[in-house]
Parts: sequence; C-alpha cells; structure tokens
Amino acid sequence: MASGIKDKVVILGMGCSKFGERWESSPADLMVEAFEECLTDAGIERNQIEAAWFGAGIDAFNVGSSAMPMSIALRLNYIPVTKVENMCATGTEAFRGAVYAVASGACDIALALGVEKLKDTGYGGLPQRTRGVENDMYWPNLSAPGAFAQLASGYRAKHKVNGDDLKRAMAHVSVKSHANGAKNPKAHLQREITEEQAINAPFIAEPIGLFDCCGVSDGSACAIVTTPEIAKSLGKENLVAVKALQLAVSNGTESGHASWDGSYLKTTRIASQRAYDEAGIRRPKEEITMTEVHDCFSITELVTMEDLQLADEGKGVKDVLDGAFDAEGSNPCQIDGGLKCFGHPIGASGLRMLYENYLQLQGRAGARQLSDPRLGLNHNLGGFPHQNICSISIVGPYG
Amino acid sequence: MKGITAYGVYLPRLRLNRQAMVEANAWFDSSLKGLGKGERSICNWDEDTITMAVEAGIDCLSALQDKSLSGLNLASTTAPFADRQNSVLVAEAMNLNSQIRTMDIGSSQRAATSALIAGLESARPGNEMIIASEHRRTKAGSRAEMLWGDGAAALTVGDDEVIAQCLAVATNAVDFVDHYRGEGSDFDYDWEERWIRDEGFMKIVPEAVSAVLESAGRLAAEIDHFILPTDQARTPAALAKQLGISPDAVVDNQIASVGVAGAAQPLILLAKALESALPGQLILLLGFGQGCDAILFQTTDRIERCRPDRGLSGVLNNRREETNYHKFLSFNNLVERDIGKRGEVDKQTFLSGFNRRKDLLTGFIGGKCRACGTVQIPREKYCVNPECQALDSQDNFSFYNQPGTVLTWTADRLTFDWSPPAYFGMVQFECGGKLMMDFTEVEEGTIDSGSRVSVHFRIRQFDAQRGFRKYFWKAVVES
Repeated sequence: MASGIKDKVVILGMGCSKFGERWESSPADLMVEAFEECLTDAGIERNQIEAAWFGAGIDAFNVGSSAMPMSIALRLNYIPVTKVENMCATGTEAFRGAVYAVASGACDIALALGVEKLKDTGYGGLPQRTRGVENDMYWPNLSAPGAFAQLASGYRAKHKVNGDDLKRAMAHVSVKSHANGAKNPKAHLQREITEEQAINAPFIAEPIGLFDCCGVSDGSACAIVTTPEIAKSLGKENLVAVKALQLAVSNGTESGHASWDGSYLKTTRIASQRAYDEAGIRRPKEEITMTEVHDCFSITELVTMEDLQLADEGKGVKDVLDGAFDAEGSNPCQIDGGLKCFGHPIGASGLRMLYENYLQLQGRAGARQLSDPRLGLNHNLGGFPHQNICSISIVGPYG
Repeated sequence: MKGITAYGVYLPRLRLNRQAMVEANAWFDSSLKGLGKGERSICNWDEDTITMAVEAGIDCLSALQDKSLSGLNLASTTAPFADRQNSVLVAEAMNLNSQIRTMDIGSSQRAATSALIAGLESARPGNEMIIASEHRRTKAGSRAEMLWGDGAAALTVGDDEVIAQCLAVATNAVDFVDHYRGEGSDFDYDWEERWIRDEGFMKIVPEAVSAVLESAGRLAAEIDHFILPTDQARTPAALAKQLGISPDAVVDNQIASVGVAGAAQPLILLAKALESALPGQLILLLGFGQGCDAILFQTTDRIERCRPDRGLSGVLNNRREETNYHKFLSFNNLVERDIGKRGEVDKQTFLSGFNRRKDLLTGFIGGKCRACGTVQIPREKYCVNPECQALDSQDNFSFYNQPGTVLTWTADRLTFDWSPPAYFGMVQFECGGKLMMDFTEVEEGTIDSGSRVSVHFRIRQFDAQRGFRKYFWKAVVES
C-alpha cells in the first residue's frame, strides 16, 4: 500500500521572477531571474542539483520543445533534465517530477522550474494554437474565456442562480484579488479595482467581462527540493514540506457522457479528495488556511471553492459575497493576487502559487503576511471545464 | 417517362434589406434606387452551395416514405470545388449510402433543368435526387447584387408514387451569350438587358415551348403554372402573352422577397408551384441559358399528400432581416476585412486525418454501444459510459437528425469568427450523446441553457491559402 508523499520532501529554496509584460526579457532571462533567487534562497551551488524538471506550456510562442532551453539557460551540469507540459498544470507537474525523484531516493536535490513567454504573440489573451489534427476539424474555435464562460451558464442553470447575483460574486472575486495583488511587488497588476468597474467592463465571453479574466504575462518560478534530513543538515529551519501532490485528468466522461451537467469541475473534486486523503485532511474548511486556486477567470475560482469543499455546493455565491475568501476571511484565497494579478504564464503558474505558500509559511510575505498560515493548497486547472487536467499540491510545516 | 416524387427547398435565413443596399451604393449608381424594394436572401458566412444543397436535400427526403435513393446529382454554377465531386460531399452529409450514382452538373443557368431531364429520361429504377443550389458572387453595387438571391431546391424523380408526371421534355440548345463567367473570373459579365429579352428570351424560349407542347399534345392555354426563371421582372408575363399562356399562370420569380437564385431558381420555383398546385394541373418549367429546356408536368392526386417538412413557405417565413450591407460584403469576401491576428492562424486540413474522421465530420455519425446502449459522439474505441468502457462495441449512430438542448453556452468575443461573437457550448442530445458545438444563426438574447436545438451542416473554416474549406455540423436554436 503506497504511503503517499506526505512529509517525504521539503522545499530547500524558491524563486520567482517579476511577472508582467516583460518585453525586454527572453524566456532565458526570466528563468535566470527566478533561478538566481532560488539558488540564493536554497544556499547551494548549481552543481549540487542532480536532476531537473522543466515546465513550459506553449512551445510555439515560448522556448521550443525539449529540456535543452533550460539546461542551456541555467548552464546546468549535464544533469538529467525532463521537459514537462500539461497545460495549466505544467508548473505543478515540473514540481511533481522533482519531488518524486527526491522521494524515490534517486537523487538528493532536484530542481523544478517553469517559464512562459506569452507576450511575443502580438495580441492579447493566450496564443491561438492548434488542438491537434483531428480536434481542430470539429471543436469550436473557443478561446479560454469562451471555454470557462460556459461554466457560468452551467452553474446558473444547475443552481438556479440569478445571473446578476452570479456576476456580482464574480466581480467580488476579482476585486478581492486586485486588493491582494496591490500589495505584491512581483505581481503584474498592482492596482485595486471596484465592483462597479468589474461588473461594467465589456464582455469578453458572456458573462465573463474584462475584469473577470486573469492577466496575460511573462514569468518564471522555480523550486529546489530535497529530503527533510538534508535540509536540516544544511541548517534550514521552518521547513516547508510537501503534504500532498495529486493530479486528475479528464477521460472524456464530462465531454461525452450525460452524467456531467457542466456546472462543476469533476477533476478538481477527484484530485482534491485524493490530496486531502494523502495529507490526512478530514475537514478541509478548517484545516486549509490559505489557497492559491486557478482563477483563470473569476467564475472558475468561485466554482473551484465548492469543488475543493471550501464552500458548500451551490453556496459559493453567498460565501464569496460574505468575504469568506478575502484576505481577512475564514479562508484567504489568492493572497498574492492570484492569476488575476500575476497573469498566467502557463508553465510558471503552479510554482508561482507554491512560492506564495512557501513565503507565507516562512513568515516572509511582507505586507500580505497572514497571521497564522498552516496548510496551503494550490490548485491548477489546465484545459477547459469539459476536458481538463487538475493538479493539487498541499504544503505545510514539516512534521 | 418518370415523374417527380418529392421536393424540398432551402433559403438562407438572412434577408438583406434592399434599401440598405441602395443607401450604400446609390451614390455611385443612382439607377439602383429603382431596385430598392423588398429584400434578398443571403448566405450567412458559414453557408454555401454545399450546405444549402444538404438542407434542401434533407427537406426533400422528409417527404419520402422510402428514403433510399439511386442517385444524387448536384446542379450549380457555384460549386465550391472544381475538382472534388461536390455531389458526393452532399450525399455523405445526407448520410446516403455509397452505392448511389453521383454527378455534378454546372456551366449554365439551365444546369438544373438539364439534370432534371436526364433524370426523367433515365431508365434506372428507384428515386434519383436532383439538387440545385446557387450562391453567386456579384460585384458591389451591381444590378445583379440587387436582384439575385441565394438558395437551393431538391427534387426526386422516379416511377412510383409520382406527384407530378412528366408529360414531355424539349431542349433548344443555342449558344446565346447573354452573360458568361470565364475561367479565373469571380463575377459574371453580361450584356444589355433589353437585347437579352428581345433576342434571347423572346426568340429562344418559344421554340422550346412549342416543341414540348407539341410532344405532349397540349395547348399553351391549358398551362396552370408557367415557370420562367429570370431576373427580368416583366419578361415572364410578356412571354406568356406571346405564347398564349394565361397571365394567372405566371409563377412569380420572388424577386421582392428572395431574389433570383441562379441555377437553383428553376427548381425553387417548381417547388413553389408544386406547393400550391392542385391535382391534374399542368406545370411548364423552363430553364434558360445557352438555349432553353422545357419540361411539362401534370400533377397527380398525390400532390396534396406529399409535403416536405419545411417547403418553400417554411423557409420563406424562417427569416431574419439584415440591414448591414457591410456584413454582406464581408460574408462574400468582397471587402478585405482586418480579421486580426487570431484570424491569421493556419487552417490547413490534414486530409488523411480528415479521411479518418469523415464519418463524424461529414455524416455527423457517432456510436451506440452494443454492450450498454449508450449513444455517444464522437465514436471512440472505448465506450464513454464510465460504467461500461467496452472496447470496439459501438455501431454507427446518426446524429444529423437528432434534436438536443443547450447545456452550456457562451458568446465569445475574443476568438476569431467571421460573424462575432462566436456562440458555442455543450449540446445534450435527446438520444443521449453530448458534444461541444458551434451555434449558428443565433439572435442575441435567444439562447440559454435548456434551449432546444437542431443540427445543420455548415462551413467551419476557410483555408484561403490552399483553397479549401472545412465543414461540420452546428446547432441552431429552434424558434
């Protein structure tokens, strides 16, 4: 019987570049920026890294394929480097590779890094790209907001929610994240917005308006992981340990079988339950004290809070409007500003979320430091509501 | 000789207001003001000769008890492919079997009547379908743009259960060049209207009419429905008078409400006549172009019992007014619109991949699991039912005639679409399958979760770089 990942691996160091429209920076520049911070934080030399996992989501507008771009950019020492790509879960996938390598005993110190250069396309939003030879022939030409806007229609229909109420809750999600992001010097968007602004912004994909969408940015984040014993031997204190790492990937049931009604994220429900089991969490609402969830769009965050069991099913609108996920609420969400303010450089996001949890748990989050952070949950959702990849990582104090 | 056994029609839902056309163009040609009455049918951006043909063909099939066909011929001067048999594509979209005879007929405004004569004179048993469909491009601000419309009609001809018996046919083949469209040209080039009337219609048509009446032993005065497809408003009545046909028999060319649909016009008007005809009436159908075809029919007692689902009256009423002339220009590629970088993405079709998925893409065929009965689309190796997941367990299941409801939807203004916003969402079919699909013909505010939809064969994408276009099925909200 597998014992799971809980407390087998700790974070030795992390780094995160400034996110934003980094017109002046290449993907290599962004990688180096995150890596240098990470190395310094870990207190080790480059040559102590024995294996690395490299996450990059969209080859065509980024670094190209394979692991070489990272090995070259960071001048890694001919170590094994694995390129991973799993849509928006890519950053967490890179982390999972490094963590599993250490947990297996195959190596002592491993690196996970994600990077994405989204602003070389010449237009706003995520790059328009192929979905495969066959899918391209019949899938709607849906944009990311177009995909997730459908979640709003499914949720409205299922829970008989008034469209205006839902839109107001969606606005609250974004207002809250902007308020948090305003306190974060690494965030792309650092100004507050009002509920009125969010509600009245032009539609991108009904009912998703401009302020319901996360930013589109360039950025990189990375982590160096090791065993608790090695971290201690290096003099590290306040160890942040991996409590759970889970992934659930759609198998076509949601998109093709009548059992899914379009109102929730099936993979999130499955992956989070597995993660809670792995971490030994019985009462998520009480035990999880901060979340970084995949707020690609405000509606995604709202529905995700239900799927993570942090709000009761159908009660997300009320909980959001009651401020449950605000910085001062019972379960702060996107305390760093989230995808909303950081933007979503695909390969980097999962690691960027983890970076915030890591800082919070070490008491290094500056103006946005939470008073008593314990377990932090990170959630990514790659793809579309009807076909997606969900990653969950949970971190907390070692032991 | 054989007779007509069923008919069907399709007109695009969009009707362009002619006053809007005049307002946009009268600065250049003030004579257009005289043509500014009513409206004309226009293809939506995702409609063309093929998609209209499929709609007309399906409407025609709806009137037949025995839906097996021996052949399908497509008549058009605007078939999208010069070398890829368009009629086969139509047949596959209609889920017809691959043993039928297929043929494309073009190059003339009497393509449809010539195809019809061939079908009527054929000795092959069974019902043969002739579809005429036309989507002509015209120069901006031209008389043709004002007077023409887009549309399609379909007929089946056979020996059994005939609703209009063919009494005689005649052709007067004359290379009279009233207009032409040369190789490499997008538009017709025509000659003076009055000359076409005097030297063309008034001289060429009577010879064909005399021949067909003589062959059938009938008199012009007996004709109840006289069909002369033309955009010349007064010529049918003038010819009727010259020929001794009652003025009441003249079938209106529907210029005011639809416009003249080129090679499809004879069959659209024949469908119109059949829809109103009483048993025992005589219908004279003409096709004019490099001569004249003449076909004389007499309706049977079955005429009143054989009605398609929609027919002409159905599609005439299923209309939406369009007052934006620029939209028409864009839809017909008559103006170079800035489509943005998202529109620049390569649209290449990988033909081997297309061929593998042709059942789904053209026929809208999914699967039904023999093990658990679950209906699904697309059909994959394993059954989609999580409780089943049987391997290779699915029989073909056609979705093209399956009703569904909207589960989720949105109106996407970020993605590229020729007519934004792009509407799409999950459709739950009543039979059990589910698929994320494009919606077309959506009027703002008329779609929501729970809306009922039907599915229609439409253009999905143009690959302008390689002269290809992809088709797939889209959902239309039922009004």
